[in-house]
Parts: sequence; C-alpha cells; structure tokens
Amino acid sequence: MSSAIDKGMKRRDFIRYSSFGLALSSGGITVLAAAKTSAPANALNPYVVIHDDGRIVIAAPNPDVGQGVNTALPMIVAEELDADWEAVEVVLAPIDATRYGAQFAGGSLSVRNRWNELRQMGAAAREMLLRSAAQQWRVPRGELTTQPSKVIHPPSGRSASFAELVAAATEQPVPADGEVVLKARADYRLLGQRIVNAAAADIVRGRPIFGIDVAVPDMVYATYVKCPQIGGVPKAANLDEVKALPGILDAFIVAGDAGPPSFDLSKSVHVAGGIAIVASNTWAGIKARRSLKIDWDVSAASTDNSLAIEATALKAAQRPTGAREVKSAGDPQGTFANASRVVSGVYATDFVSHAQLEPQSCVANVSATAIEVWTSSQTPGYAQATLAKLFELPAEAITVHQVRGGGGFGRRLSNEYVREAAVISKHIGKPVKLQWMREDDMAFDFYRSPAYFGLQATLSETGALTGWRNHVVSVSSDGEEANYGAGYRGYNFPDDVVPNVHVSQTLVASKTPTGAWRAPISNVYAFAEQSFLHELAEAAGKDHRDFLMAALGEDKWFKPDDLASLNTVRAREVIAAVTRSAGWGRVLPEGRGLGLSFFFSHAGHVAEVAEVSVSADRAVTVHEVWVAADLGQIVNLSGAENQFQGSIVDGLSALADQRISISSGAIEQTNFHQYPLLRMPQSPKINVEFLASDYPPSGAGEPALPPVAPAVCNAVFSACGERIRNLPISRAGFSVV
Amino acid sequence: MQININGKSHDLPDVDPDMPLLWALRDLLGLVGAKYGCGVAQCGACTVWLDDMPVRSCQLPLGAITGREVTTIEGLAGDALHPVQDAWIAHDVAQCGYCQAGQIMSAAALLKRNPNPSLEAIEGAMAGNICRCGTYSRIVDAIQTASTQLQSLSFYEVGQGTPERQSDDGVSA
Repeated sequence: MSSAIDKGMKRRDFIRYSSFGLALSSGGITVLAAAKTSAPANALNPYVVIHDDGRIVIAAPNPDVGQGVNTALPMIVAEELDADWEAVEVVLAPIDATRYGAQFAGGSLSVRNRWNELRQMGAAAREMLLRSAAQQWRVPRGELTTQPSKVIHPPSGRSASFAELVAAATEQPVPADGEVVLKARADYRLLGQRIVNAAAADIVRGRPIFGIDVAVPDMVYATYVKCPQIGGVPKAANLDEVKALPGILDAFIVAGDAGPPSFDLSKSVHVAGGIAIVASNTWAGIKARRSLKIDWDVSAASTDNSLAIEATALKAAQRPTGAREVKSAGDPQGTFANASRVVSGVYATDFVSHAQLEPQSCVANVSATAIEVWTSSQTPGYAQATLAKLFELPAEAITVHQVRGGGGFGRRLSNEYVREAAVISKHIGKPVKLQWMREDDMAFDFYRSPAYFGLQATLSETGALTGWRNHVVSVSSDGEEANYGAGYRGYNFPDDVVPNVHVSQTLVASKTPTGAWRAPISNVYAFAEQSFLHELAEAAGKDHRDFLMAALGEDKWFKPDDLASLNTVRAREVIAAVTRSAGWGRVLPEGRGLGLSFFFSHAGHVAEVAEVSVSADRAVTVHEVWVAADLGQIVNLSGAENQFQGSIVDGLSALADQRISISSGAIEQTNFHQYPLLRMPQSPKINVEFLASDYPPSGAGEPALPPVAPAVCNAVFSACGERIRNLPISRAGFSVV
Repeated sequence: MQININGKSHDLPDVDPDMPLLWALRDLLGLVGAKYGCGVAQCGACTVWLDDMPVRSCQLPLGAITGREVTTIEGLAGDALHPVQDAWIAHDVAQCGYCQAGQIMSAAALLKRNPNPSLEAIEGAMAGNICRCGTYSRIVDAIQTASTQLQSLSFYEVGQGTPERQSDDGVSA
C-alpha cells in the first residue's frame, strides 16, 4: 500500500500496548508486578513472560515520553530471545530498582545503558527454553536451535513453540552471563529494521495511555495556583468565595516552601506554596481560578530581569578571560600574544521553555501509611524517593506507576508536580488528579539556562587553527556553581584537539529555576562553537568542510572503548557523508546558501547541512536539511530516524523565536501565542543517513539537536553575509517561514 | 443538556453551558482521545469534528453545540480503522503521540473535503496542529498515502456522504 510498507516496515496494529490500565486490572503488567513476591509459572525473568496462547510479554523498563524506548528496549530482548515480534506484547514495567535497575529517561541513555543487560535477558530466557527442550526430547542441547518463537531440532525435524516449553523452562536454572552466547549481528532478524512504535495502534485510536488520561475510582480534580513571581508564597486568599462556586469541593492554602526550587532531582522535596482548588471536574477548577484573589509574600521570591542578566553577561563575555580558570592546555597566553591573527565573537542564547505538548499532571492517592501515584515522570525512581522523604514514609510504602508521557525533552525529570498532587490528596483524603494548565507549565518550568560565550581563536599564517579561548558566562543561583545546563563541559572538540586552549568562567546571578532541556549544555555550546568555527574558516579563507576536517587533527579516539569520548575518525566520516549527500560546494542562486556543522554529544557523532534562502526582509526559508550520523548499530531504524527528524524540527523551533523573558521574577510568556512552536509549513525536507557502524548502539533522542542551530545560522551567513550570534534569531529580526 | 457524540445522544444534567466540549468529553464522558494542550485553540490537540468540520474543542462551549453532531477520534473508525489511521501506523508517524488524535481528525476532515490535496493544501489544513515532537514530514506522507487509499474506495465506505468539491487550498467553500 505505502512506501513505508514497501520498505519492510513491520506492522503491529493489533498489538495491545498495555500500561496503567492493566496495572489496575489484570494482565501482563500485573503478572510482572506479582513476580515481586512469587514468580508466576510462565515468567522466565523480570523481562520475559510467555503465555500459553503464544503471546510473549516483554517488559519495557524505562519511561517513554516519545523517544521510542518502549519499542526499542523490548526489541533488544525479543532479538536475543528469538521471539516472533508479531506475538510480542509490550507492557510497562513496575517501578522497582531491585529488578529493573535505574528506570529513567534522560541523557539518551536508555538504549546505551541497557544494551548488554537486555540482550543477556533475552538470551538467557532463550537458553532456558532450549535446555528445557533438550531435556524433554533427550537430545544434546547443542543440536537445538530456535526460529522465531519456537525451538527446533534439525536432525529430527522436531519442533515446539515457546508456549509449549515455557512451563518446564521456568524450572531451569537461570544461566549465568558467561553461559549464553549472544547472537552474531548477521543473524539479527529485528534489530536495525523499521519497527512501528509499539503504542501506535493505541495512539491512532485515542486510547487512554497518557498521564492526563489516568482515572481511578472516586478521583477528584485539582488545579494549583502558584505565585507568578517565582518563589513567592501565599499569605491569604478569598477561599470562602471560591469554595462557594459551582463544582468546587474544596479550596485551601498550601504554605509550601518560600523561594525558587532547585534542580536537585534526587533530593529536592521542595513544594512551591500555592492555592489548591479541588473540583468535581477540571473545568470547574479552571473557572474558579478566575475568581481567586491571593495576597502573596514575595520576600524570598526571585527578582530576576532577563534583560538585565543578559546585559551583565554580555559585558562580561567581552573580556577574553573570566573570573576563574576551568581549563588550560598548551601555551594559550603565548599563542594569543604572538598570533598573526586573532578572531573574536561573542555568542548568546536565551532562556527557553520545554513546552512538551502534554502539560504536567499526576494522579495521587495518599493515605496515612501509603502513597500511590500515576505519573509520566522521566525519573519515577526519584518521584518515589522524594515522596518518601517528604511524607516520612519508607520507600516500600510508595508505589509509582509509570505512564506514557506526551513529550519530555527534560521537563519531566523533576517531580515537583507529583509532590504537589500528593500534598493535595493528603489534605482532602481522596485520590486526586492534579492538572497543570499550559500557563502553569510556561510560568513554572525548569528553563534551559541562557549561556554566553566570549570566543577567541588564533590562526596561523597558513590559516590553521592554533589557539582557542572560551570565556563562558553562566547563570548561577547560589553564586558558587553554574546552574544546571549553564556550566562547562568539554566536548573534546575543539577543546581537546586545538593545541593551545584556555577556558574560563564567570558567574552571573539568577534565581530563575533552570534544568535540562534536550541535549543540555550541548545545545548552547554547539551553536556558539560550531558557528564560530565557520567564522574562523571564513577568516582563514578556507572552505568550511576543509577547515573542520583539518581542525579535527590526527585520527584519535580520545578514551578508547569509552563511547562517550570523541573519535575523530568517526567525526570525519559523518562530515564527509553529509557534505556528499548535500552536494556541498554546488553553486546556489543569490540569497540561498548551505551551512555545515558537526557536533559530538550523547556518544553520537552527527554532522548536518542546511540549505536556506533569506529574503530582503530577513525571512529565512529552511528548504532542506541533511543529517549524517554514526550512532553505532541502530536498534529501530524507523524510531531512530523519527527522533532525528524531530530533533531537526525542534532545533528550528527553538532557534526561530523561542525565548522566555523575565520581569521582576515572573515569566512574561503565557502560552503558544507568545512562545511559538514550529508548524508544518515551516518544516523542511529532512534527509537522515545513519552510517553503517559496528560500535554498540547509542541513543538517538538528543545528539541530532545541537548541530541544527549552527548549521542553519552558517547557512544564513552563506546566503546573506550576516552572522547570527544570538538565539533566537528573531532577536536580530530574522524569522523562519 | 443533550449532546450528540459519535452518533449517540448523551444527557448531561446540570452541566455548566460554559464548559468547553473538551472537558465534557474527557471528564464527564470518559472520551479522552481529544487532548488538552493549550486551552486557547493554538495547538490543535483537542481537535474534533462539529458536523464534519474540524474544530478546537477547548474553545467550544457546550451551550453552542446543542443539536449539532460531534465526532471524536473514538468515533472515527468503524470495525476497521479509518484509512488515515491505517496510514498513520504504516508510516510510524507518532513519537510521543499526544497530538496525533488531533492531527488525525484534521487530516481526515481535510480528505473528506478534498480527497486529493496538494502539498500546499495539506500544509494549509494542518497548520493549526502543532506536533512538538516534529513528525510533520511523516504526517504529510501518511496523508498522501491515505489520500491514495481513499480514492480507490467508495466514499460511502469510509464516511457519510459524498465529498464536497472545493478549491485546492484546503478550506471549504
């Protein structure tokens, strides 16, 4: 029917993708949950349950907020188990560190961290089935093999399905890691193929699989109003008036903690003070908010003004070195003192909000002795730990159910809304769904930190890059350390490659909460450094690609066997591939240009080329983007490609006009009319190429984002000769059309 | 108050006529396919049909829809999936999936009005639906696949009635 199917897409529209619905009733996830105390007869390990009817239930351990790990991780198990993917049913695993280790979504780490573990789990389950068949049939184990979902004995032609064997297989001892042989890559049936998202059938039917869809018996609906000046707490409110409104069950003050929250994921028990309105439905609460009058105590609140922060930071970034040295290599002082040519550029990025499409929600049911929550958290383990601390209960008394999230991008790493829901549930003694409004989400984010870079470099007589200075100006809420996402992190290139390097830092005070926004730190560094490298190529009179290739230096893997370190061979390969695909060097009409960038983050080597045209009124059309990446082996080709396509759109969205401004401690943007997200007509054609690679797989969610902004801004320079050094580009009067 | 959803009449006694359809669907009727994204008709996640026209249910008070017919994502498919839903799976469109019910309702409404839309018509009709994950290129592919599929079927098999002829800009005359 379609080209996607022609490409070999495996279709799974009948598959049931189970989540909290099953946690409440009976089904796969209950079986897995029950294994905590007594393993069910047909569970081979915490990940694999085989039913008598042939269904193979595989647990997805990590939260899925759109990055596709509820498909990719079970695929890894299914590959080594040699399961027929058509018979696989994915269930969301219970949150239980004793069986599933660290269950989180962040750092593009799910696939990379679980690659060995999940292959082992699948292979061990397969081995138990094989040994069980060998015993039953009285044949040597070595004469047996598998085909999807069955064990076969080629000498006799005998075979049995996994379902027929599983009961006896559970009696087999669990093989140790060294006892099973993992598949050779050439024997893979699933990995590297295009596999449809395990949740696709539920998504297209609008089934209740998201956090906002959770409903439990006797549940009531809450909305929570916090002080616009971040960190303020309520003194008084017209609660009696609000309580008298239709549909309102209760309204009360939560004293909360004064002052802005910090992004301390594992320890923070901060609950912002506010007014909880509990209603019989969401709308009644929304409507009642309009009548609410609150007197705030803002003595501990933020007084940030983003323009003032920016002015201070930009002034500091004009200086070549900052208040404290972060890194020094070679002889930067001598190199800059004696350089034949020094090039400078100051780059700036703004506060950015996550704007995941599903605003935060959480269903919480709190009693004196136990707490149960359903949440789309990216860190459900931290939700459990911080609830235990806040309510002074043992961790075993806290049950956290993971639920699919409508986008994450780092926003769901913190669990403050989970704590708010629990505080409200405890107060009213009922299960409650706390629903944040979009305006709450935009006003109370952990924003992407702004960052400012004073960059300088020296060029030799022949135009080679010889010296590099980066003065990073970072926001800091405590005056001691840079806030999360604003600090320094070396990315090997250029910091470890250029012979003479000096990196220093200056802190600028800011109380606005900041946190991890897709490819944190990388996304701002990539813009500044990879744009500046293009400036250097221009200054040296060299082609950007040739300049980059030379600047990467010798062939070197900086920490051999550490996937998180730069490998300049892989770097050069992706740059070569993307420039080949994009037709680098071709002649373009006036007003049109190509831009290149490379960045290494999240263990992914990624290069991108953007083709843009720029009109006289600074309207930028991004016609096409080419991406070449070495992510190691690809687990799910469709999923990885989708992440890359989405990263390009996300990068464009952010660079175009996404900016959070702050006045007297309060966020000025309230909704998408003031904080625009890229729409379909602005979205370019995107070509994704994954290089054939035998390295272990790394994550696909983040590494394609950092190169987007510099590729586009370099292309704008090529098209119109204007260098953009400030994001979003709307600050300089540009728009993306 | 009586409202008609997916061919069924629902009685909502004592309901606030100001309540947007979105919250009635989600909280009162348990039809949660339409999603809350912005509450101000900016994102399209709450898109449903009002008499075959795609509308933002977050901005549609119950008092304004009496006597009108509402179709939600739950009512789009019959025994088999709608060709748009089929195409969405075939192209593996979704990442998080949160916006996709709204995207599908906008796409199916477009194809009902204009069974063979140009790329410009698709972009025009879908510009009100944000996909924060950035699946736009797959959405275009899926709509084009569904368009091909729909043209090979009788319209009576997939919808009620004959599609209106209209200009190619994706907007009903």
